[in-house]
Amino acid sequence: MEYVLAVILLTALVTAIVLRPLVLGVGEDDRESVNREELEAAKEAKYREIRDAQLDFEMGKLSKEDHRAIDRELRAEAIEILKQLDVVDGETNPV
Amino acid sequence: MAGLGSACLLVGLLTALYAAGASLYGARSGSRAAVVSGRRAIYCVAGLMVTATIVLQSAFLRSDFSFQLVAEGSSTDTPTFYKFTAMWATQDGSLLLWALLMSLFSSAVLFATRRSLRDIAPYATAVLAGIAAFFLLLMVAWENPFTTLAVAPVEGAGLNPLLRHPAMMIHPPMLYTGYVGFSIPFAFAIGALIVRQTGADWIRATRRFALIAWTFLGAGIMLGALWSYAELGWGGYWAWDPVENASLMPWLIGTAFIHSIMVQEKRGMLRIWNVSLIVTTFVLALLGTFLVRSGILDSIHAFGASTIGTQFLTFIAIVILGSTALIVSRLDDLRSEAKLDSLMSREAFFLVNNLVLVGLCVVIFWGTFFPLISEALSGNEASVGPPWFNRVTTPLALVLVALAAIGPVVPWRRASRSGLVRSFRLPLAVMAVTLVALLAFTNSADSPLALIMFCFVSLVLTVVTQELWRGTRARRTITGDPWPRALGQLIARNRRRYGGYLVHAGIAILFLGVAASSAFQDQKDVRLSPGESFKAGGYDITYVRPTAEVGRDTAGTGAPITFGAVLRARRGDEVKMLHPSRNFYPSQNLEAGPIGRFFEGEATSEVDVRWGLRRDLWTAVRPDIAELEPAIREANAKFTNSSDDIQAIVIAAIVQKYRNNAPPASFRAIDSPLVSWIWIGGAIMILGALIAIWPSPEARMRRVTSIYAARLGKELSQA
Repeated sequence: MEYVLAVILLTALVTAIVLRPLVLGVGEDDRESVNREELEAAKEAKYREIRDAQLDFEMGKLSKEDHRAIDRELRAEAIEILKQLDVVDGETNPV
Repeated sequence: MAGLGSACLLVGLLTALYAAGASLYGARSGSRAAVVSGRRAIYCVAGLMVTATIVLQSAFLRSDFSFQLVAEGSSTDTPTFYKFTAMWATQDGSLLLWALLMSLFSSAVLFATRRSLRDIAPYATAVLAGIAAFFLLLMVAWENPFTTLAVAPVEGAGLNPLLRHPAMMIHPPMLYTGYVGFSIPFAFAIGALIVRQTGADWIRATRRFALIAWTFLGAGIMLGALWSYAELGWGGYWAWDPVENASLMPWLIGTAFIHSIMVQEKRGMLRIWNVSLIVTTFVLALLGTFLVRSGILDSIHAFGASTIGTQFLTFIAIVILGSTALIVSRLDDLRSEAKLDSLMSREAFFLVNNLVLVGLCVVIFWGTFFPLISEALSGNEASVGPPWFNRVTTPLALVLVALAAIGPVVPWRRASRSGLVRSFRLPLAVMAVTLVALLAFTNSADSPLALIMFCFVSLVLTVVTQELWRGTRARRTITGDPWPRALGQLIARNRRRYGGYLVHAGIAILFLGVAASSAFQDQKDVRLSPGESFKAGGYDITYVRPTAEVGRDTAGTGAPITFGAVLRARRGDEVKMLHPSRNFYPSQNLEAGPIGRFFEGEATSEVDVRWGLRRDLWTAVRPDIAELEPAIREANAKFTNSSDDIQAIVIAAIVQKYRNNAPPASFRAIDSPLVSWIWIGGAIMILGALIAIWPSPEARMRRVTSIYAARLGKELSQA
């Protein structure tokens, strides 16, 4: 009896929680904010790479020429990400 | 309350299946509501598993023997501390622990990614829900931890005495957290493959979970080794037991994965390799859980014959076949973005490190399953022992430690010759000095492999120190900070890098302890009467007198009777008094008699270890109580119907008899150099991993608008 009652109560509770988004909806699709979050993560990863290369250079592991080439490439990639972020921001907050 | 627990399992199973279905439907139809509903279902599974665990733990703490699991794995005299751990000492309870951890980890990662990986996350949710459903199905259909007994016994069987050790309280949850944690990157890798988004996004989202899993699994392995050393009574910390190996294998492949995902993050390379590694890691984690449960290989850890071996094997087969088919079907999407620029680059050394780690795992896998392989091929079950494992793994371990020194000093993409010379000059010089000093002042030459290991350890430690010093100096040049602040800032701003280096240092120190204690320990097994002496390593050890006590279990394990010995160990002017003993736990076998059952139950060694930075002196005793048998038989006959108080007095008298006239006892003593450094190295390794896991300030979101290049420079100078 305890088992049956518990199953009924727990099922009712779980059903109320999981069906809520289906019944009430989840608001408008926030695809832009999703893209923004992913781009922010990519940006931070690229920044980390630039800092790593800088630290390697300062510690003498990378030659000046190698560092310059790597840094230029990484910064170009980072700027691409920043441009994409601005596009997303423009879509999210149109002037 | 058992009904509530069982209901949680059933509703949890149905909810997990719903989560998988809703997530798949949402992913395919584009219904956000269905995806969110699926994610909420996972949160519900977590809530249900927490409730179920509370129900079971409260039954253990109350000693509610109407629960079959409590009656079989606990007793009223089991110390409270160990009642709490008894849940995962049983098979059904450990399945519940798996499901609990699985649901909590899944909830955490799905919450963290609720606003990212929009395409991958629903499929990952379905995979995680499927794994949770499998474990819930095992409990609902075959191994229900909430099974009750028609008639509750007055007393339970008690927790296996061998498990009554503090390390055992946290060893299984640590291992399981590791196993479960690797399911997160596995699930997201599968999701990424399904939607053909095989870039680094899934890695960035789950890297921290992989690191957490790796750290917990490593800590669990270390605690298991510590338990083996301090509790099992054989004096070693690693026996190449199948269950030990089963936990080591996913850790090794997980280590390879943690290194190689950095290559994918930075260079877009090794994509096929990375998904293959995480699939292998997860399969090995399942295999580790299966080995403990199946009883197919002899192990001191195994739960013995189980009813769920076939189900596990079927699930593992589904994971292997499904993942392999998916990887093969996505080979075009998994092509690398870049090629290796130079063999003298960090990515090249990571690849070598990966190959060595995988090779190590392959030989351990072969040795572990050799009994099954030989039986299948020849009909005879043969096995390989520790000497075989030591022989084949030692050279690979040496290469790994050497790579732990080389990796940190080689930059990404390509290294300049002058940079390499500058980086290796000092470490190689220190290694050469170490070699000469060891040859001149120690007997290290007696074990060439240990000597090479000591040299490589010095190489790693010098490299890590040098990296810290050079980094701090570079930071001071920029900021002018004092040295301590510059060091702190350096680590805080580069947690992944310097946390990783600390892990390397920890591993090197750990191997220092392993090499020294394996190559130079002196173990003696003797049988002595009181007053006699023997030598072990540099110690002269005398058996001073026997001990025999009732209710004086100093380890707090609940043992009513303890027999032991007082030993005096002398090394020059240094004198140590040691008290190894053996605890006796009452048997539930009524045929042993009311008195005899206190002497014929399980017995465990309570070793006495004198820990030291230079050496450990480890001692254990096995008292011979056979001469007490006539007295026990006589007491059984005379005092069967006596009160508990009278029986307690009789037991005390028999124990006193041993103390007054003890026969020779068997002793094991081990003089083991530097063994403590294994635990110190392990602790450093975990500290390094925690530093690497801890989020850095750069992870915070920033919004700056300006001209791109200027903005880049500005943002880079922050944090």
